[in-house]
Amino acid sequence: MAKRRIALYLAKYDTTAEVLHAAEKVRKAGYTKFDAHTPFPVHGMDDAMGLPDSKVGWIVFFGGLTGVSSALLMMWWMGGVDYPLVVGGKPGFTLPSSVPIMFELMVLLSAFGALFGMLHLNRLPRHHHPIFESETFREATDDKFFISIEAEDPKFDLSETKSVLESTHPAHLELVEETLEEDEHEDEEEHH
Amino acid sequence: MSSRNLPIKAIGEVYLTKEGMSFHEISDTVCGVTEKKAPRNWWIAFFIAATFTGILFSAIGYLFWQGVGVWGNNAPVYWAWDITNFVWWIGIGHAGTLISAVLFIFRQKWRTAINRAAEAMTIFAVICALLFPGIHVGRAWFAYYMFPLPNQMAIWPNFKSPLIWDLFAVSTYFTVSLLFWYSGLIPDFALLRDRAMGMEGRVGKIRRMVYGSLALGWRGSNRHWQNYERMYLILAAISTPLVLSVHSVVSFDFATSLLPGWHTTIFPPYFVAGAIFSGFAMVMTLMLVTRAVYGMKSIITMRHLELMNKIIMLTGSLVGYAYAMEFFIAAYSGNEYERYVFMNRAFGPYAWAYWTMITCNVIIPQAFWFKKARTSIPIMFAISITVNIGMWFERFVIIVTSLHRDFLPSSWGYYRPTLIDMATYTGTLGLFFTCFLLFIRWVPMVAIAEVKGVLPQADPHGADHEEHAAHDEEAAPAPAE
Repeated sequence: MAKRRIALYLAKYDTTAEVLHAAEKVRKAGYTKFDAHTPFPVHGMDDAMGLPDSKVGWIVFFGGLTGVSSALLMMWWMGGVDYPLVVGGKPGFTLPSSVPIMFELMVLLSAFGALFGMLHLNRLPRHHHPIFESETFREATDDKFFISIEAEDPKFDLSETKSVLESTHPAHLELVEETLEEDEHEDEEEHH
Repeated sequence: MSSRNLPIKAIGEVYLTKEGMSFHEISDTVCGVTEKKAPRNWWIAFFIAATFTGILFSAIGYLFWQGVGVWGNNAPVYWAWDITNFVWWIGIGHAGTLISAVLFIFRQKWRTAINRAAEAMTIFAVICALLFPGIHVGRAWFAYYMFPLPNQMAIWPNFKSPLIWDLFAVSTYFTVSLLFWYSGLIPDFALLRDRAMGMEGRVGKIRRMVYGSLALGWRGSNRHWQNYERMYLILAAISTPLVLSVHSVVSFDFATSLLPGWHTTIFPPYFVAGAIFSGFAMVMTLMLVTRAVYGMKSIITMRHLELMNKIIMLTGSLVGYAYAMEFFIAAYSGNEYERYVFMNRAFGPYAWAYWTMITCNVIIPQAFWFKKARTSIPIMFAISITVNIGMWFERFVIIVTSLHRDFLPSSWGYYRPTLIDMATYTGTLGLFFTCFLLFIRWVPMVAIAEVKGVLPQADPHGADHEEHAAHDEEAAPAPAE
């Protein structure tokens, strides 16, 4: 027998209004390790879940700063110090002619900061998560809305969490269990 | 309360998709294209496009073998079709970024139907554009001299040259467009992965693996959406000045020179307007074909097409204004070389190219003043193609007419393209369409998550808020202020 661990409670809703109110309720009940899963960002959900502001902007800011300063440093050293090229009697390094490249590298590194910063803050890529054990969760990218409460939440309690979620009138409610990895082998062997 | 906008009403009282469309119908319509067999017409188009791609690579191979002498470039016209094609392709790319970034910033929600395909178009157009500087260097194996990399000559690029600015601008543009496109695709790849869960056999397994890897484990978490939306906003905000900078820098290649006809301050805004103009026309051409072939009429509606036609008319008129202003400044400057170049442009040996440009870019798009023309599919299709012909001629006119009569009459010449020039240009069209056809075959061509987000039922405070106003207010204390 494979060992299984309780991972999370998963509640499914049909409309955005239902999932929004459910998230409110779960937050007010004091849960912290819960999440909403929706096919598109639902308006007002961040407030309903009580999320603090995103930190992506800071990563982008430092990315942009690195871009500008490394562009300046590169052009100053290459053109002004290491090998000044005299073209049309102009100095090896000048600020005005450096502006376009400083701008472009700022944009480039900001963009890297935005995408990779987002992935880092979201801890992605992550190819396995216990929530994928639920068959109905496939609809989360299509047209259904979910609330999950993780077992690691300090307030998590099988019966109490269930009743909180039931009070939000979900279309479907299930307890998702995770198959622990070492036992997966045994399971497969038995199967063959 | 009634002033709170429903997303659907963002552009008036009109539905952005067919009325009553469900989330699931959108998933089915868009994902279905990648899941079903390709229609026969797709294969025919793909075969033709792939043939031209083959011609492109043969032409490039011959060029590398023989040298740039196989092109018509010669004294005094050293820059000809290669840079014409480069600027033309880069310009076409601009509409993708405009639609995805600028219209996003301005909250133009109608963009959701077309932004994915437009972004893909940007990437493929920039690939075609980047080809030309690479092959124009003649000895392509030394193309790395363009980059600030250590080389055997121990010198660095000249950072005071607009050509190196251009290299940075275009490669940044390509990278940022790719990141923007891919980040928009993550939730849609997750949808394709989840739809592949039930599929049987090898196809299902491969789809799960490929789309699963591309989706990066996306699970629609709202904690993720929050960072994701902020990222998307920031990418849009930095792409907006980027798209303006790229074609401005492209225009610096000309404007910072001392050549009459190129040395004008109007170039940056004029090039940007022209870029958006040609890009929208290309998006229009592609959208009209794909929506007819794949039955996307309920997602890409006449409303979208009409709005795009208005932008085409506006940017076409801006370009027309720039043509007139160039002439005025040449006359007003009192500089006889400037005056000569512009008179020669309109009435000299290349007058045929000049008047083709004026007809296609300035006169024909004026038809869009009439609603009948804006909403007629055959008319807008024809105009979208003539605009791109006109915009190609614009670059040709600017480049070749300014060069072909050098300062000394003894070095005047008349540029004629060779067959290899033509094969290379039509070949890039083949490469572009090959990439685009592969894209519509395997990648969701409409931003599914974004389209769902602008449906009326996506708004949690939607239809019922009139009755439950008080309740809603209590339940969701801070809606979007």
